[in-house]
Amino acid sequence: MTDMTTEQLHDVTVHVNGVPRTASVPARRLLSDFLRHDLELTGTHVGCEHGVCGACTVLVDGKPMRSCLMFAVTAQDHRITTVEGLCEAPDARPCATGERMNPAQQAFAECHGLQCGFCTPGFLTTVTAYLEENPTPSQEEAREAISGNLCRCTGYQNIVKSVLRAAEIRTERLEENGGEVPA
Amino acid sequence: MKPAPFVHHAPRSVEEAVSVLEQVGHDGKVLAGGQSLIPILNMRLASPGHLVDINRVAALDQVEVRDADVRVGALVRHAELEHHEGACAALPLLRQALVNVAHPAIRNRGTTVGSIAHADAAGEMPAILALTEGVVEAAGPQGSREISPADFFLGPLETSLAEDELAVAVRFPRFAPGTATAFAESARRHGDYAMAGVAAAVTVRDGVITAARTSFVSVTDVPSVLDLTDVVGGSEPAGADWAAAAEAVRSHVEPEADIHATADYRRMLAGELARRVLRQAAENAVTTKGSSDR
Repeated sequence: MTDMTTEQLHDVTVHVNGVPRTASVPARRLLSDFLRHDLELTGTHVGCEHGVCGACTVLVDGKPMRSCLMFAVTAQDHRITTVEGLCEAPDARPCATGERMNPAQQAFAECHGLQCGFCTPGFLTTVTAYLEENPTPSQEEAREAISGNLCRCTGYQNIVKSVLRAAEIRTERLEENGGEVPA
Repeated sequence: MKPAPFVHHAPRSVEEAVSVLEQVGHDGKVLAGGQSLIPILNMRLASPGHLVDINRVAALDQVEVRDADVRVGALVRHAELEHHEGACAALPLLRQALVNVAHPAIRNRGTTVGSIAHADAAGEMPAILALTEGVVEAAGPQGSREISPADFFLGPLETSLAEDELAVAVRFPRFAPGTATAFAESARRHGDYAMAGVAAAVTVRDGVITAARTSFVSVTDVPSVLDLTDVVGGSEPAGADWAAAAEAVRSHVEPEADIHATADYRRMLAGELARRVLRQAAENAVTTKGSSDR
């Protein structure tokens, strides 16, 4: 066993929401804790810490993954998108509060897809990536797309509506862009 | 819910990885996708002193579709294999099973080889390796060796890999012409561990079943193959005695009870799922005439 007091630190650089961020952390630092504690990006929420609840889901090189099931050292040099980064997406638009929301965020706000909001960052990242893969899901497909994310407030009905609405908003915004897929 | 401290090794080659494994011995563990290992570390069910992180090892991320088999490197994520058109055309069973492996976010990270090396009785891909009569390619200090599923899976979460060996790839052989496959499992929620799952491969020649085999998820300690050719062989798919095949499956499996299902319920599920996938595979074998398998 390794002595805790002499735990070696690693300089880890990760491109988070387009910005290279570096911190010196022990090898056992989970990516979720790296984002929250070391980079102070607390939008990513930590629920179960064993991959079941989906709250900590972030996009790694554009694909949804559990940040609690990855070490920061393994994420070295990869591109991470957290819920904070969704506001900077090309298809994000200013909302009533002046902040920007991407189609998934806009849809969750419109359709009451959240109550306490704890699980929401994981849903938003999952749904954002899913709509890239399937831009026009059916209700059944929407339900399956979110099956890896747990919500204890909503009963899921409004989340399913939000996914379908997010698909509509995304398509509307794509058409505004002359059909160009946002980078 | 945080892992205990460990020393992180990031080898760049298989040789380097094996050399580290040899040095650290029983205190070392290989990290690939980590979707089974990291929960175990987070819950401190295990606290190895050394993690050999193979994510930067070159050339392990390849899927090769070959005449005889599909070879999958140790860093190929489940999702990459699931979306690999060539691999799934050669072996439709791969995608039939992979879509049942946890959720997309887990499949984006977890590796197929890692899931096989983890040897969980509830894992889908160990059952697929068994049904295809596949091979695990292991690299160790003394060189490479190839291990059959029967020699590889020793018990739940236990394999014959030595502590200084790395599973670098698995090979899933293609089925004989005229063979079609099907996979089904039953879980409390989509993406959960299955209460029972069955994979089937049925060969039909000149309208008659010539071979029928099944393997199982969650109802046997180690992946096992049950050959049902004696039960349904010689019949046409429409007239085969699938109920007798289901009965043979119920006698073969050895399920255990847990919070999700009793042993009897799992046994019943295994029989019913087997009846469905066998019939479906047989029907597919007739319609496709096995053209997709060669």
